[in-house]
Amino acid sequence: MHPVLKLVVQRVALGLLLLLVISVVIFLGVEALPGDTAQAILGQSATPQALANLRAEMGLDQPALTRYLHWLGGILTGDLGAALTNKADIAKSISSKLGNTLFLAGSAAVIAVPLAILLGILAARYAGRWPDKVISAVTLTTISLPEFVAAYFVIFFLTQVFPIFQPVSLVLPGMGFWEKLHAIALPVIVLVMVVLAHMMRMTRAAILNVMQSAYIETAELKGLSPMQVVWRHAFPNAIAPVVAVVMLNLAYLVVGVVVVEVVFSYNALGKYLVDHVTKRDLPVVQAVGLIFAAVYIFLNMAADIIGILSNPRLRHPK
Amino acid sequence: MADDTLLDIKGLVIEATSYPPGEPPKNVTLVHGVDVNLKRGRVLGLIGESGAGKSTIGLSAMSFGRGGVRLTGGTIHLNGREIRLADAKTLRSLRGREVTYVSQSAIASFNPAKQIMEQVIETSLSHGLMQKPEAEARARMLFKKLGLPNPDTIGSRYPHQVSGGQLQRCMTAMALCPKPDLVIFDEPTTALDVTTQIDVLAAIKEAIRDTQVAALYITHDLAVVAQVADEIMVLRHGRMVELGDTGQIIKSPREDYTKALVSVRGIEHTEKPPAAPILQVQNVTARYRGTNFDVLKNVSVDLPPGQTLAVVGESGSGKSTLARAITGLLPPTSGRMTFNGRTLSPDLAGRTKDDLREIQMIYQMADTAMNPRQTVGTIIGRPLEFYFGLKGAERDKRVQDLLDHIEMGKGFADRYPAELSGGQKQRVCIARALAANPKLIICDEVTSALDPLVADGILKLLLNLQAEANVAYLFITHDLATVRAISDKIAVMYKGAVVRYGQKSDVLEPPYDDYTDLLLSSVPEMEVGWLEKVIAHRKMESAGN
Repeated sequence: MHPVLKLVVQRVALGLLLLLVISVVIFLGVEALPGDTAQAILGQSATPQALANLRAEMGLDQPALTRYLHWLGGILTGDLGAALTNKADIAKSISSKLGNTLFLAGSAAVIAVPLAILLGILAARYAGRWPDKVISAVTLTTISLPEFVAAYFVIFFLTQVFPIFQPVSLVLPGMGFWEKLHAIALPVIVLVMVVLAHMMRMTRAAILNVMQSAYIETAELKGLSPMQVVWRHAFPNAIAPVVAVVMLNLAYLVVGVVVVEVVFSYNALGKYLVDHVTKRDLPVVQAVGLIFAAVYIFLNMAADIIGILSNPRLRHPK
Repeated sequence: MADDTLLDIKGLVIEATSYPPGEPPKNVTLVHGVDVNLKRGRVLGLIGESGAGKSTIGLSAMSFGRGGVRLTGGTIHLNGREIRLADAKTLRSLRGREVTYVSQSAIASFNPAKQIMEQVIETSLSHGLMQKPEAEARARMLFKKLGLPNPDTIGSRYPHQVSGGQLQRCMTAMALCPKPDLVIFDEPTTALDVTTQIDVLAAIKEAIRDTQVAALYITHDLAVVAQVADEIMVLRHGRMVELGDTGQIIKSPREDYTKALVSVRGIEHTEKPPAAPILQVQNVTARYRGTNFDVLKNVSVDLPPGQTLAVVGESGSGKSTLARAITGLLPPTSGRMTFNGRTLSPDLAGRTKDDLREIQMIYQMADTAMNPRQTVGTIIGRPLEFYFGLKGAERDKRVQDLLDHIEMGKGFADRYPAELSGGQKQRVCIARALAANPKLIICDEVTSALDPLVADGILKLLLNLQAEANVAYLFITHDLATVRAISDKIAVMYKGAVVRYGQKSDVLEPPYDDYTDLLLSSVPEMEVGWLEKVIAHRKMESAGN
């Protein structure tokens, strides 16, 4: 087997194992929460008989291991169970909301990632000079603003001062692609502001680190322009650390945008999770938690695999 | 200025800012008014020890200052125009087109992420000198001329896929591809094994001759530069010492400093007679964890007390691995080692404190072998505390004693390693090893990173200490001149096995085995025309076979 393929397979296997471990952790974490689900549903005045019946009906009287295996088996077959509160099928509820989440995260990523890398390259090219300082100052300012403050700024300017967008990101089924994009413009802007600095700084640092290498001096002595040196010789060797940070930020865009979703009343996974946490709807919390974990693991695994593939020593062994 | 003058440097002054620890930054002058005149198609050797300013002067031909070095005075005329004060755009147009550069380490100087061909032809394309097919054809022609294997396909490989010697030749091809007027060779063979160096040197020389390019050839090795250069300029502390034809510099140097350089390695050492060994290595085989080939194969050597066993070989031959096995850092998979009559435990954990004390090590890079935040006194005092429990005034007295032994005198105990020169640092490492009162010191390439004259001083010191303290040395080196200067016994290693072993006089006497012959005949001699003689001899031999 080609060594790269072997490394990639190992990495994927490790990711799956990690996911399994996390499913155990999530299950145990929810299990350890104080309170009794049956009690929560039936309220304080429920009779012991009614509680026992409900427990039996929900399988809560089974040992934890049995319930875990049952839950795990369900996940593998696409059955995430039903929500306690409204008996709705969780898998169904999640799939529409996950689509919205990915649409928002994807739109923000498509703008933020190339922009951050471009700014990082420019900052590295002009390290220590005014373009570098301006780029750093602006991106560090936007990352330092709490999301909700940034969100209200954006709402104020782009709906009140310049009424271009709607303050509520209402996405309905049947809307066209551009219509949807227009609707989520404001949260996208806020998210770009939040994730830009981290990726930009990492790109800059990774390139400057590579710029110390002897082969950069070789490139300079070839009479290449500074931009050619950075783009052709430094950046290809700085990909792995940049990708790692990009993936962390993508993960954040998927799982960490609850505040932004709430501010813009955007109907997606984060909001769904928060709603059900307040209702103590543990099956939903478990399911969403597992999906978020899966997203984190998948993106980091992708970062590792891209890092492996970007290394010529691994791609072309002796 | 005559028409055929390519490079004319007058009164060059080069400065840099140094940042001594605990003091304000200060300006230092690296080059004090040096003149260089180079005609088209000629080769000038720049020679000197580290700090002589040879690389700095070489790079000034491209008006380039490495790492904040500033070209502050004098004039540099290249092809008739002044370039010291030229703007960035002018410099970019001449770098890589009129002047190119070959560095000491091609492995570091090639971009690991790009194929060799792309990098070799990059300049020709970016300066608009050639179209891609033409540039690639020229590159393949150069690969062939430089004796690279598979010249038609080697360009599609990545730098890590070819050997160090091959990559050094690829870098020469990269420098010659845009048809420059001048190539700066900055120690192009210094990092190579001696048997590889000779091939690369011959390839470079032939390429220079065939392409009629002018060259500045920078090196610290007079024997090497004598093979390539028409003229030699000797530099010291940023000043010119002597300039002359290669033959004159080698045969009849005028200045004392040049004479010292020419006669370096004049140490005479009489071989001691065979005696009962203090260290016995018997049939030792070893491999690194997780690998499936032996890095040491059935190695057996003996070393009598107070004598020196030199272990010679190229990089990767297993010399340092043998040292790791003896010190217990790499437990052998089979074989046994005895020291001073007792069996040595294969791994470090099983060794007694006396085992540890009696076998000490000195490393190649004295820099990294010392804690930069400890004073010399602390560094040397540590084994005194650890092995002998010496404290306070008693310890300080012994530290000063040891410093006297290594000829460093008073005032050094309070200094930090950063305040010492390369040779002084290595002396401190020697003192630290001596502090344990060892019976055996393993010296791993201890003079390789030092300038020839400094290295000579270290070797003399080691010999004196051996005579006084009757300590045995296992001396690992790739340098045969060092071997002649210091050894009583020699083991020649090749691919993990000892291929020749015995008393110095026997090992260095013919008849040789093939490998030892190759090794010995590859050592450059200080003689004009030596390279051609050896190459012609080898061609004849291979034709005869």
